[in-house]
Amino acid sequence: MNAISCKLQVLAQDAPAPDIRRLVVQWQDPRHEPHAGQFYMLRAWAPEATPVLSRPISVHDFDGQTGALTFLYQLKGEGTHKLAALRPGDVLTVTGPCGNGFDAAALAQRYKRIAVVGGGIGTAPLLLLCKQLCRAGVRADLYAGFRDEPYGLEAFVPWCHTIHLATDSGAQGHHGLVTDLLDAARYDIVLTCGPMVMMRGVAKLCAAAGKPCLASLEKKMACGLGACLGCTCHTKVGPKTVCKDGPVFAAEEVFD
Amino acid sequence: MADLHVDLLGKRLAGPVIAASGTFGFGPEYAEIEDLRLLGGISGKGLTLHGQPGNEGERLYETPAGLMNSIGLQNPGVQHFIDNELPAMRRCGTTVWANLGGHTIEENVEGVQMLCAAGIDFLELNISCPNVKQGGLAFGIRAADASEVVSAVRKVCTVPLVVKLSPQAESIPEMCKAVEAAGADAISLCNTFQACAIDLEQRRPVFNNTFAGLSGPAVRPIALRMVWQAVGAVQIPVVGLGGILTGRDAMEFIMAGAAAVQVGTANFLDPQACVRITQEIGAWMDAHGVATLDEIRGCARA
Repeated sequence: MNAISCKLQVLAQDAPAPDIRRLVVQWQDPRHEPHAGQFYMLRAWAPEATPVLSRPISVHDFDGQTGALTFLYQLKGEGTHKLAALRPGDVLTVTGPCGNGFDAAALAQRYKRIAVVGGGIGTAPLLLLCKQLCRAGVRADLYAGFRDEPYGLEAFVPWCHTIHLATDSGAQGHHGLVTDLLDAARYDIVLTCGPMVMMRGVAKLCAAAGKPCLASLEKKMACGLGACLGCTCHTKVGPKTVCKDGPVFAAEEVFD
Repeated sequence: MADLHVDLLGKRLAGPVIAASGTFGFGPEYAEIEDLRLLGGISGKGLTLHGQPGNEGERLYETPAGLMNSIGLQNPGVQHFIDNELPAMRRCGTTVWANLGGHTIEENVEGVQMLCAAGIDFLELNISCPNVKQGGLAFGIRAADASEVVSAVRKVCTVPLVVKLSPQAESIPEMCKAVEAAGADAISLCNTFQACAIDLEQRRPVFNNTFAGLSGPAVRPIALRMVWQAVGAVQIPVVGLGGILTGRDAMEFIMAGAAAVQVGTANFLDPQACVRITQEIGAWMDAHGVATLDEIRGCARA
């Protein structure tokens, strides 16, 4: 992990859904480029301003040619609302890229049939994942679950083999859980990010089918660098930091 | 250019800012983020002899100008630290402060012996962690209890011994005098302030231990008052900490008489805080024609 701390300029920000924002910033450092599943600590306010902590937001997309770095995030509290106020030309402070992320090249080499399962804003890190898997030779099947209207799925189309949609409300796609759609036995590995209850369900299906599963976790964190131990998760191989050892873990290590 | 170095207990610190225990890992986490050679030192994550997994449940909670934590001294143990983390910590290019707490006097003594033999620059004895049921704070409330553990550790500690105090001490001046008399070479204060938060939806405390430790700008004026009291109570150096976020904050502690400062929570909101604060101190000194920290240390007490 090679996180650095720096100021970046905002290129664009839009709203793919009422409570969802897509923020594009200009990444500057080719020696510290992010890969899928990593995240940044974002701060659009002064050190002495609230909230006290910066906000960990996963990398949604990264263009290695231009350096355009995209975050997709949900408006939750004071921090994300301050991020949402950023306009093109504004400057924010970031620390990253943080975390282990997914090694897409190694995954594509080892596994040929890959399912990627996301729930809600947990789909955010999966775009770059599908892109990097595709470039490494595997078009993944995407399974996406949303509470109501889905967002951001059109970006996945060029990079995925199939896209399967479920919504809690029945607004679009299967009326029910995304896990209803997943037949884990058809895949060599399943990669997932979303609500804990969804990921636990995915892990269960994979365990029953004897297939490996990687899950990307989310936890409150202070430093993002493995220093404060605020985001420790207790795994079967001992305590691990979600920010540095993770956020991507083998599902059997973190779920019963 | 102002001379920012600090002579502390026979060691030369490159600057007056030391990264505070529990906020900086063991140092390498920040090696690519800022130039660690500009720091006065790094106080590593608090150790216990046998290590412990830390607390269950919520560990972090933000307040308007502070951060509550209940990490619970999660650490790999002294031997693991010596074998796995200390070598990289030594390569950070600054002084190595091993922070050690213990459940019993015997554990503290054994841990200090191992750490001194392994090669560290300072031993920071933590008698002030509010987040473990036993040890930590158990020695940090009453002066007599602190005196007992410091005396025992003093006998085996072959490096400068810094005792880190809790703001929960019954009396800061009495506590400072007791640890000085027991053989401490310096005092650092203060650790986090015991605090509480309630989750309205769950109708129960946010933290499994009910209470957690509050740090950050919210505590700074109280910490500064305690550092002022400590400097007035003892002859040994006092390292001040508590909510320092800027060079100006650090200067307040130095003008109150602190030999050096530690920076903790600020590392989370600005991972370059230690170097930035050092540079801000230097800029202030340059702007005011102050050449060395000795010229202004304690000046507010005159």
